Amino acid sequence: MADPTLAQDAGAHTRAATPRPRRTRSPLASVALHGTLGLAVLVALFPIVWVVLSSLKPGYAIQSSEITLFVEPSFDNYVHVLTETSFPRWFLNSAVVAAFTMVIGITMSASAGYAMSRFNFPGRRGLMWVFLVTQMFPVAILIVPIYTIMANLGLIDTKLSLIIAYCTVAVPFCAWMMRGYFDTIPKELDEAAALDGLGPFATFYRVVLPLARPGLAVTAFYTFLTAWGEVAYAIAFIQTDENLTLGAGLQQFVPRFNPQWDSLTAGAVLITVPAALVFFFAQKHLVAGLTAGGTKG
Amino acid sequence: MSTSTSSSVTFSGATRIYPGSDRPAVDALDLHIEAGEFLVLVGPSGCGKSTSLRMLAGLEEVDAGQILIGDRDVTHLRPKDRDIAMVFQNYALYPHMTVAENMGFALKIAGVDKATVRKQVEEAAAILDLADYLDRKPKALSGGQRQRVAMGRAIVRQPSVFCMDEPLSNLDAKLRVSTRTQIASLQRRLGTTTVYVTHDQVEAMTMGDRVAVLKDGLLQQVDTPLGLYEKPANAFVAGFIGSPAMNLGTFSVVDGHARIGDGLVPLPRSTVEAVGAAGQVQVGFRPEALLPASEGDPGSFAVQALVVEELGSDAFLYGDLVGDDLRADHVVVRLPPRGVPQKGETVWFTVEPGGLHAFDVETGAALPTH
Ligand SMILES: Nc1ncnc2c1ncn2[C@@H]1O[C@H](COP(=O)(O)OP(=O)(O)O)[C@@H](O)[C@H]1O
Ligand SMILES: [Mg+2]
Repeated sequence: MADPTLAQDAGAHTRAATPRPRRTRSPLASVALHGTLGLAVLVALFPIVWVVLSSLKPGYAIQSSEITLFVEPSFDNYVHVLTETSFPRWFLNSAVVAAFTMVIGITMSASAGYAMSRFNFPGRRGLMWVFLVTQMFPVAILIVPIYTIMANLGLIDTKLSLIIAYCTVAVPFCAWMMRGYFDTIPKELDEAAALDGLGPFATFYRVVLPLARPGLAVTAFYTFLTAWGEVAYAIAFIQTDENLTLGAGLQQFVPRFNPQWDSLTAGAVLITVPAALVFFFAQKHLVAGLTAGGTKG
Repeated sequence: MSTSTSSSVTFSGATRIYPGSDRPAVDALDLHIEAGEFLVLVGPSGCGKSTSLRMLAGLEEVDAGQILIGDRDVTHLRPKDRDIAMVFQNYALYPHMTVAENMGFALKIAGVDKATVRKQVEEAAAILDLADYLDRKPKALSGGQRQRVAMGRAIVRQPSVFCMDEPLSNLDAKLRVSTRTQIASLQRRLGTTTVYVTHDQVEAMTMGDRVAVLKDGLLQQVDTPLGLYEKPANAFVAGFIGSPAMNLGTFSVVDGHARIGDGLVPLPRSTVEAVGAAGQVQVGFRPEALLPASEGDPGSFAVQALVVEELGSDAFLYGDLVGDDLRADHVVVRLPPRGVPQKGETVWFTVEPGGLHAFDVETGAALPTH
């Protein structure tokens, strides 16, 4: 546990050793620092800003070689995408698939992570290795066998096939992450709960999970993102337009020789909104020090 | 606070062998603790104290033997079915709950109605001086307050047995001494059977009705604090109990005397008979069992003073035996505070009557001394 008095002492020491207080920085250093940061922000933001700006332009202006910020700005592209294409249908499908992937993913990785962190069962090490090893295979290799499995199960062209496939991607990683998080929660808390009368499930649910909120938030975000924008499995498993998800559906805006940039940019902007919302709710739970004060030593 | 029904506790051949280890962490522990008794398990680090306690609490499997609470065989019961409360070394408070929620949690789980829980929590908080902190989270408490919340969580439940695993080891020295007294008097007041683990023999001696000394997973001796002090069953207990520790050394037996340094200290006949042909004996005497003597007094031996510590009420002399048979570590002598010898001086002592302990050189077992 960090000792605040020690930290203060150390701080005082640094200040005593350096005559110049930490806050003042030479003007040159200040310019260089802020310049670098500004450039980094620009590089990161430019593509997003450009897509947003483009989505407000008519199609011909997007492809024009002339660089302009605004050309006849309007929401026409959005109206078109939302009313005259299957975009709303894909959006809904994606939302359903991502939501189920998230819920199932959190449930499975939290319980698997807890088991790996706390219980000694036969095959525990083996299971942990399998979780790691599955992460090594790229989608390109997995897609055919998984397709075959889905076909045998009669799941091709269903949302369920995507949910299962996305869980196989997200759960092993998230289970490892959750295990690491549970490892930081002292075992004595589980034991205290057991003595207080809780069974293993209630201990997990009432004592351990509330303390693992930051881990759960990251898992939620990760599982959501895994499903939300995924393309490869979506194209492989889904065959009818009515079942398409966003990643696959948007491909229809890109006919071979004539990408419809107007629809594409508007769709891209709309797609980022839910992801941003999920991130917004997840980051609220990313707080440090939830277990502080429970134990000493 | 309404009275709890406290129960006796019996370990009967209780053994724990951790997976991957071939030596038992606790080896066939036989121990009976009376209802309402305060029993302290003491021993050096790693001797199996926590393991014994955790077997009683149901947190550790019992590989052989049995554990009874009252007449109930709890060997294979789950922790929650044993009616035990535990105070952990690191307190293990629920960080996401307030003090009141922490203390009332077990009652809430048991389905006790809210008003009763609140009432019991408030009673316990009053006893432990926590009334002003009931709505705080543990992280906003000092170490001593957290320790008291951990105690409160245990007493609110009115269990039949308290288990405490070094509950004071995270407090600073001064708080440790005052909390020690508080826990002991609280236990007497509640009358709940308590098994208390510590590595600190001072805690053991001051708190326990009886003290059980463990070493390497084996029970060495169980007795009242005074019983352990006066009649240690073996050299380990003799050296472990008491501060400063008993002076222990191995000396040759010559003609019914132990040759200690240059001196010849007479041994009781029963001791000499027990030593027999071995020709050597382990002799122990406590720092306060030495009487100042003059050179040449019968049974006296010489000590050269290395350090003299004056504490006001007492003085302690640390020295080396004078003579060739130097098989003891430093000798410690407690002296009256006035007129202590100077560093480097040679001083003569005799062992006061009844102050001599003798132990077998091989086994360490106590030999008769009268
Ligand atoms: N979970 C465990 N797995 C394996 N060995 C353990 C475990 N816990 C304790 N031990 C070993 O058992 C012995 C007794 O431990 P413990 O009861 O914790 O001692 P202490 O008297 O210090 O409380 C030690 O040698 C320790 O290393
Ligand atoms: Mg211990």
